Amino acid sequence: MEYQIQAPLIEEEIRQLRAGDYVYITGTIYTARDAAHKRMFEAWQQGEALPIDLQGNVIYYMGPSPAREGRPIGSAGPTTASRMDKYAPTFLDLGQKGMIGKGRRSSQVKEAIVRNGAIYFAAVGGAGAILSQVIKEAEVIAYDDLGTEAIRRLRVEKMPVIVAIDSQGNDIYEIAQQEYRK
Amino acid sequence: MREISCGEITECICKMCIQAAHFLSPDMEDILQQAKEKEIAPLGKQILQQLQDNLEIAGRDMIPICQDTGMAVFFLEVGQEVHITGGGLEDAVNEGVRRGYTEGYLRKSVVRDPLDRVNTGDNTPAIIHTRIVPGDKLCMTLAPKGFGSENMSRIVMLKPADGIEGVKKVILETVDLAGPNACPPMVVGVGVGGDFEKAALMAKHALTRETGKHSEIPYVEELEKEMLAKINDLGIGPAGLGGTVTALAVHIETYPTHIAGLPVAVNICCHANRHVTVEL
Ligand code: SF4
Repeated sequence: MEYQIQAPLIEEEIRQLRAGDYVYITGTIYTARDAAHKRMFEAWQQGEALPIDLQGNVIYYMGPSPAREGRPIGSAGPTTASRMDKYAPTFLDLGQKGMIGKGRRSSQVKEAIVRNGAIYFAAVGGAGAILSQVIKEAEVIAYDDLGTEAIRRLRVEKMPVIVAIDSQGNDIYEIAQQEYRK
Repeated sequence: MREISCGEITECICKMCIQAAHFLSPDMEDILQQAKEKEIAPLGKQILQQLQDNLEIAGRDMIPICQDTGMAVFFLEVGQEVHITGGGLEDAVNEGVRRGYTEGYLRKSVVRDPLDRVNTGDNTPAIIHTRIVPGDKLCMTLAPKGFGSENMSRIVMLKPADGIEGVKKVILETVDLAGPNACPPMVVGVGVGGDFEKAALMAKHALTRETGKHSEIPYVEELEKEMLAKINDLGIGPAGLGGTVTALAVHIETYPTHIAGLPVAVNICCHANRHVTVEL
């Protein structure tokens, strides 16, 4: 099935999505990868405020290449999500609703997805030029010193993703691979 | 002695970095096209089409194929009749990387220390493998390597008794574990024999071979074909979302080894298997 959804996410909307669905996201999302996750997690441990409000939001695991003159961003494909597995359950419990990355997730992340009615989308790894074009605005909003790993706010229009783990915990990486495995 | 100046080398490397990030070699383009025709999974086909559109946009609008423009890995073959003038060879290469990654708007993905993790800001240093060969040419191959796939690579020190079956098992297990993380369809580079670092080096070097071209050793060619078929039976598929095209090619290099050993290294590369060769 193909769906169009808004970001930040609306719980009723994501509850109807199933692993394997093709989804176009329009709205505001945030980027954070390894270093930003570590820093946000440490801030949370210290009881400090996080630089972004996680409520209902989607984090795209992505560190772009620099933007050329006149463009909002450079190449912008997903990075491997499992490196964020250590931090994701906490952020989901704090209200984050969606993640975009590539690759399998840990059982702890899956449990946190189900517990919170959240969702994990896969973007196609190595399709950074296409994904660059759906990003209409990009602004660094925190951790500027991290360069490509800084937290950015993005405005995306019809960003193509696939539901990898739905709110019930169905995992496309397990389902689809079994179907074609000989 | 033939003289080649550092300035010339730097200039050339700068261009190679920018080219590799935006254009795949014709052999990679062809094999991706064939993959789309072979794939039977509808979602897999759609993803392979997306990868082709991506390549087109990358070249047209000069947006890197992938945001991970890699760590710059070089294989240099320096003719022993060549005299490099005006500085050090490695400095010239690093200067080319610095300029290419800055002027080409490529991502700087290198940290100065594996544990303190501060970005060097210019994607240097490169990883440089140099061989001295007969002749008066300098042949430079750049293979920028993304770490989604690099992280899924493995080396195993098998015992001689494990034999060819052991080698097959290591290759298949590595690809299966890599799954979606390595951005399939992948190119699988394998080094069998030598010692610990020689096996790893062969596995990486194998990725720079013309994609889909087989080894000249008959039994190795057979092994490459068998492994490609078995890998594609794993069902991982494009982007790991299921399908019949998990790998585009398997390239195996071999080398004599010790009576007590059978090293096997598997270096996985994603569909963005970028490499450029220039001879000066
Ligand atoms: S594995 Fe390759 S295609 Fe995937 S993100 Fe890394 S460099 Fe890009």
